[in-house]
Parts: sequence; C-alpha cells; structure tokens
Amino acid sequence: MSFVERMIPPRPAPAAKVQSISAARIAGILMLIVWALLAAGLVYMMISNWDTDKFVRYGPRYLSGLWVTASLVSLSIVFGAALSLPIAFARMSGNRVANGLAYAYVYIFRGTPLLAQLYLIYYGLGSFRPQLEAVGLWWFFREAWYCGLLSMTLNTAAYQAEILRGAIQSVPKGQHEGAQSLGLPPMVTFRKIILPQALIVALRPYGNEIILMIKGSAVVAVVTVLDLMGQTRYAFSRTFDYQAYLWAAIFYLSIVEVLRHVWASIEARLTRHLKR
Amino acid sequence: MSGLFSALGSFWAWITYALDPLCGPVGLFSLFGSSSLVACGDTGWGDEIALGVKVTLTLALSTLPLGLLIGFFVALAMQSKDRTLRLAAGIYTTIFRGLPELLTLFIVYYGAQILIQSGLSAIGFEERIEINAFFAGMLALSVVFSSYCSEVLLSAFKAIPNGQYEAGDALGLHRGRTMLLIIVPQLVRIALPGLGNLWMNLLKDTALVSIIGLSDILRQTGVAAKVSKEAFFFYLLACILFLVLAVVSSGGLRLIERWARRSEVRR
Repeated sequence: MSFVERMIPPRPAPAAKVQSISAARIAGILMLIVWALLAAGLVYMMISNWDTDKFVRYGPRYLSGLWVTASLVSLSIVFGAALSLPIAFARMSGNRVANGLAYAYVYIFRGTPLLAQLYLIYYGLGSFRPQLEAVGLWWFFREAWYCGLLSMTLNTAAYQAEILRGAIQSVPKGQHEGAQSLGLPPMVTFRKIILPQALIVALRPYGNEIILMIKGSAVVAVVTVLDLMGQTRYAFSRTFDYQAYLWAAIFYLSIVEVLRHVWASIEARLTRHLKR
Repeated sequence: MSGLFSALGSFWAWITYALDPLCGPVGLFSLFGSSSLVACGDTGWGDEIALGVKVTLTLALSTLPLGLLIGFFVALAMQSKDRTLRLAAGIYTTIFRGLPELLTLFIVYYGAQILIQSGLSAIGFEERIEINAFFAGMLALSVVFSSYCSEVLLSAFKAIPNGQYEAGDALGLHRGRTMLLIIVPQLVRIALPGLGNLWMNLLKDTALVSIIGLSDILRQTGVAAKVSKEAFFFYLLACILFLVLAVVSSGGLRLIERWARRSEVRR
C-alpha cells in the first residue's frame, strides 16, 4: 500500500495575469485626451484673445448680473416656499375642492415650460395696461424683473409643494399615533414630530430644486432682465466674442458645483444621527 | 417608379391632413375656430400654430433616440471598472447637468457656427454660414437629455443583481448578447418611470429653441401675439398646447409602463 510521504510544499498563488490594455482603458484615455484638448483650447482662446479693455468694461457687468441672478433665485425660493405650504396642505386635505384646485395648480405649473409662463405674465398680462393701472398694479407688471420673480415664484411653488407633500406623507403613520397616545395637540405634533422628520427627507429634493431654479433663471434674460445670462447676451451682442458665453458657462458651472457640494455636506451633517 | 413615389407622397400628405388634430377636417381649430383668430388659412393663425406643434413634436421625437443612445453609453462608461473611463463620463455629466439648458443651446449654436466657419476659412473658403437651428437645438437638447438619462440608467444598472451577468456567462452567451437579451429588458422596466420624467422635461425644454429662431409652438404663438396684439390669448394658447402634450404623453407613458410590466405577477 502506498501513501504520500511528503506533503506538497506550499506554493505562491499563480502570478496575476498581466493586465493588458483593455478596450475600456483605451476608450477612457482617448476621451480624457478629448476633454484635455477642449480645456486647453479654452485656456488658449482666453489667453490669446485677452483684452483688458473688454475685461474692464464687461467684468463689473458680469458681477452685477451674478447679483441679479442670486437675488432672483433666493427671493423666488423663499416666496415659493411660503406659497407652497398652503398648496401642499390643500393637496393633502380631504376637501375635494381644495384638493382639486391644488392638484390643478401643480399640474399646470409643472406641465408647461417656465419660458411660456414668463411670456404669459410679462407680455400677456402686460397687454392689460389700462385695467392694471386702474387697480394700481401697473408698476409691478411693467418691470421685467418683477415679472421674472413672479413667474419663478409660481413655478417653484408648484415643485416645492410636491416635495413637501411627498416628505410629509413619507413619515410613518405610527408617529402620528404615538403623538396622539401621548396626548399632544395636533399643532405640536406637526411642529415637533412630523416636520423635523419630513424636512430631512425633503433636504435632497430641495437642493435639487434650488439648482434647477439657478439653471431655470437663465430664461428671464429673454425678457430683458440683465441677470448673468442677460449680461452675457449683452456682451456678446456688442463684441461678437464667443468668450462671453464661455465665461458665463464657467460662472454657472462653479455656482452649481459649489452649491451641490455645500448641500451634500449640510445633508451629511444633519443626518449624522441616522448613519449606521 | 417616380409616379408611385409621388402617389405615396400625396397619399401621406392627405393622411397627415385628415388626421391633423388642429387644422384637419375634424380639427379643433377648423371646427370651433373658423372666423376667429385661430382660423386655419390666410385669415387666422391656426395653421401657423399647428405647424409649430408639429415642429415641437418633431424636435422632441428626434432628440429622444439620440439622447437615449448617448445616455446609454455614458451610463455604461460610468459603471465600467476602468478609472479613466469613469472620469471621462463623470466630466461629461457634471458639465451638462450644471449648465443652464439655454446656455448649452447658445454654446452649441454659436460654437458650431464658429467651428465650421474657422474650418472653412482654413481651407480658403470665406463665406458667412448659418447653422440649421433645428440641428443645433437637437444636438443641445440631446446632450442635456443624455447626461440626465445616464444617471437614471446608472441607478437602474445598479438595481440589476450581479447574478444576472453570471447567469449569462454560465449560459455561454457573448457579452453583447448578455447585455441585449438579459440586462436591457430588465433595465427598461426599472428605468421607465425616470425616463418618463425626462421625456416631460425634454418636452418643456424644446420651448427654448424658439429663442434661436426655430418656429416651434412658442415662436409661432409669439409672432401671432405681436401681430394681432392679443398677447394674453396666444400665450395662454401656447401654455394650453404644452399642457395637452404633457397630458397625452403621460397617458402614453402609462400605457408603455403597463406593457413593460405585462409579464409580472398580478396581485
């Protein structure tokens, strides 16, 4: 009878297959080269076409445009949040009429382009000048800035109402029942128990909505508001210099990216008790 | 042969006329709007606006396949194992999700114009050229659509368990066939609600091409509003038309979703 006298000595693992260059790697490097070339072209264009005169003339205009965009977006977000509260509650109420009205409001403002709403308010309502003067509202609808603010507020209110409703309805029913069994009045239940949990759910959609509004606010440039986009169009119409648009792209892109990262860190901070 | 084609052409023209929901024989404008501002023909703006609806729909429908295709490949790149490919795709989505759609449209419209112009002048051909607004709009919208679409498809990819790929390997299927026969059918079902939302956004974004002069719904109603001085009526009409498109497509999307879920167990 034969048996093994010696164990096979331990051997190292087989050598890892030499990673040959895969198709994915080639495609990735090629695309990165394309991006690098585009970036280099951008930088070259900016350096070779640099014009201190233009910079001095249009630089401050860009900054003022930035300020107009920022104020329009922040005001419309705040007013929209205030307006979205009653809409969200009407949407959740058992009242048929209120529910239907809120649903129609949300559907109409989410189903039509912001540009069309802006035209309807600025040109459409602006054509009722005598009537508006009679009720003393003409000063409001005469200014493109106010009209832009109004249309953006109405638009974002519809979106924010849906965000709020979704967030409030995502709080489990047991939380209501728990508060009831503790004998808390409905108002306190809402403020201390439901809302804090709902707002954490709503945090991310709210951030997305702000970014959407920053991007959407560019259309007010079409009705002669001199926001960042408006100043860009002004600069382009004076100089026919393509750089005007590239500067605007850099501005918008950096605002959105900074906001996105700041929002992500805020969210990480506020939800740290939920981390496991 | 040419006779056949012209016959087919005139038959097609008759079909599109007969089924036109706005200006056809049973169209809304021709039934209720005759002898008013939206009458069809020379007296009203009905036929111009009907043309605008057609342009908007054509633009959105021709953007959709291009955007879906680019988005699919960008999503594939974003979930690849290779770092460089992921980085390249990440740059793409970051840029085009961060720029306002209007700015993207301008950059594509004027950028393509300048690019072609400088290319032509390099080979000694000096002439002012205008790029087609429809083409520029389609390109810009599909770039924006694809960068959002890639995010939707990426999360759908993540919802498909690894076992599905392994099952494809076990059956001896080629990579491409695994993708086509096993992954994509599940992917479509998971991604459909997100893609439906993107379609609605696309429909609304087409309104922006009116700014670079394409005669879509908003442009046509705007011209009518300026000429007839009935701004409120015509812009309200534009809003209603967009709303009708949204209602119709949400109905269509519901049908498609039901079709995609037909194999699932009914409870």
